[in-house]
Amino acid sequence: MEKITTHTGIGVPLRQSNVDTDQIIPAVYLKRITRTGFEDALFAEWRKDENFILNREPYTRASVLVAGPDFGTGSSREHAVWALKDFGFKAVLSSRFADIFRGNSGKQGLVAAQLAQDDIELIWKVLDNEPGAEVTVDLQARTAVCGSVTAPFQIDDYTRWRLLEGLDDIGLTLRHKEDITAFEEKRPAYKPTTLPALLQG
Amino acid sequence: MGKTLAEKVWDSHIVRKGEVVGSEAQPDLLYIDLHLVHEVTSPQAFEGLRLAGRPLRRPDLTIATEDHNTPTLDIDKPIADLTSRTQIETLRTNCREFGVRLHSLGDAEQGIVHVVGPQLGLTQPGLTVVCGDSHTSTHGAFGALAIGIGTSEVEHVMATQTLSLKPFRTMGITVEGTLKPGVTSKDIILAIIAKIGTGGGQGYVLEFRGSAIRSLSMEARMTICNMSIEAGARAGMVAPDDITFDYLKGRPHAPQGAEWDAAVVDWRSLRTDDDAVFDAEVFLDADDLEPFVTWGTNPGQGVSLSQSVPAPEDFADENDRAACERALDYMALAPRTPMKDIRVDTVFLGSCTNSRIEDLRIAADIIRGREKDPAIRMMVVPGSARVRLEAETEGLDQVFKDFGAEWRFAGCSMCLGMNPDQLAPGERCASTSNRNFEGRQGKGGRTHLVSPVVAAATAVRGTLSSPSDLDPVPPVGTLRPSVTAPTATTAV
Ligand code: SF4
Repeated sequence: MEKITTHTGIGVPLRQSNVDTDQIIPAVYLKRITRTGFEDALFAEWRKDENFILNREPYTRASVLVAGPDFGTGSSREHAVWALKDFGFKAVLSSRFADIFRGNSGKQGLVAAQLAQDDIELIWKVLDNEPGAEVTVDLQARTAVCGSVTAPFQIDDYTRWRLLEGLDDIGLTLRHKEDITAFEEKRPAYKPTTLPALLQG
Repeated sequence: MGKTLAEKVWDSHIVRKGEVVGSEAQPDLLYIDLHLVHEVTSPQAFEGLRLAGRPLRRPDLTIATEDHNTPTLDIDKPIADLTSRTQIETLRTNCREFGVRLHSLGDAEQGIVHVVGPQLGLTQPGLTVVCGDSHTSTHGAFGALAIGIGTSEVEHVMATQTLSLKPFRTMGITVEGTLKPGVTSKDIILAIIAKIGTGGGQGYVLEFRGSAIRSLSMEARMTICNMSIEAGARAGMVAPDDITFDYLKGRPHAPQGAEWDAAVVDWRSLRTDDDAVFDAEVFLDADDLEPFVTWGTNPGQGVSLSQSVPAPEDFADENDRAACERALDYMALAPRTPMKDIRVDTVFLGSCTNSRIEDLRIAADIIRGREKDPAIRMMVVPGSARVRLEAETEGLDQVFKDFGAEWRFAGCSMCLGMNPDQLAPGERCASTSNRNFEGRQGKGGRTHLVSPVVAAATAVRGTLSSPSDLDPVPPVGTLRPSVTAPTATTAV
């Protein structure tokens, strides 16, 4: 997982509350066997409308989603975070996230920054007045900056640390590689291995 | 204070104890002894490794089979369904790339992942076993801590051979007494789920104990542990004993010689200490149990075969009442219909719950020399290619074919209908599998969960039945020639 300390990119205002994971990525896309390439699936239903904001320039290049409250509710599918990341998003700003979505984001390197709704509204205003304006998400300082607006955001210490260090779940565990190796050395000799394959006569 | 079986296995696998941050304990890091892989939940995990440039840490503790999507007919032809074919082909490519042992369709060891592990002797007492499949609990029958995991955990195990887990609570389920003839372990577990509910085991590892459990064969214990998940539990376990050791001895991957002796000494300590305390306890009397069948659309909606379909007003709880109404509507059943009057269209003998050699023997014993109800379609799907071969050696395939049943190749098949083996809308099935959810066996299909004994008797009479409802087998010569199959009772 990539380390993130600060990110600056085009902000896109998504003036919607309760964006659930079924909207973020509809269930039909869950049949795929890949883990990347979900950019076409992001907001697939909404994007059928050519006026939907993500279909318009310069937002096709946006990387900071500034959404309404209660973002990411509904099914726990990790695909929702994959789709956002594959599209190019590095951060989502909202005044309230669904817990599971927030958890999945932190594990997979997407910043879910919680701002006050008033600050979200201020950023929306800047983005409306200056389409294509950039938002800077500073994880060190825990602030989001857009035009003249500088707003603090909340993110829990543990998730922030993981993002700053670029540690996914596996990366975290692999920090204890020596412990794992030490454990392996003590395993009883009779424990089975699948290789070489032993078969019945 | 002593420890429970689950706690002993847990404690012996802690790589790192979870630190306490604030008031909350972080999960423990546990070592995983055996990782079972199949085509449905593995592709994204393999891709995750590839994307991060990580190796698979222990290919020698990993084994894969093809089961969920495989056809049970014409297995030599390309798989028609594109999604299924892609999943299988992806598994083959991934296993080749990462050096994972794979048993493909057509191989003698191919089959349902939960049948293959025990049969090869890879599932052993005291192991931690994981698989991206909820019925991994099956392996708990050996005294292993076996849990189903999601795809991101599959990747975590592949990369680290460990899993971060929060400790579970423990529930002791004691079943005392002797089962009546025709009553099986499937009936025990269905009765337990009906008793504690489909959420009753939530957050717990169940340990099945008591004289009735001790007397069960390994196959029968696997059936019970398999369905622990249907009570909402994370896992189910049975303490290993001589029956376990006898089953394992001589299997390809069982320890040998001095290692076997050392293993057995360790395995014997894998029991709940007398002074250990469970977080919860449940008791069941085996003496009174009757064959148990489900009438509804979750595994907890079951009754004894001699009883009738309940009515919504039988339930005090409002949610249960609503659930009953909805289930009766979906199942097209009128309240108070005697269960034995329910006519079925299809009988499915298979799935990781009941597709082992013993299940096939039990069913064959009941139908041998009898005639199938002509309106019934019966599908017999052995759990693995090895089980199929064994059954053919014993002549069981001939018993099923003479009876008019379809003798299929191994796989999950109609348990979840990912392959062409599905129920038609409205079709009613007596199934030895584990889930009777709406549409599980095919859109609009209606499932009654039953034991292999009830499945076989039902195929004879056409309505849900137990062997005691059947007429005696006609004497040899009056019907078709009876089949003289060897009555082997020991597994290879
Ligand atoms: S037989 Fe059914 S329950 Fe068992 S692994 Fe296959 S699909 Fe899952």
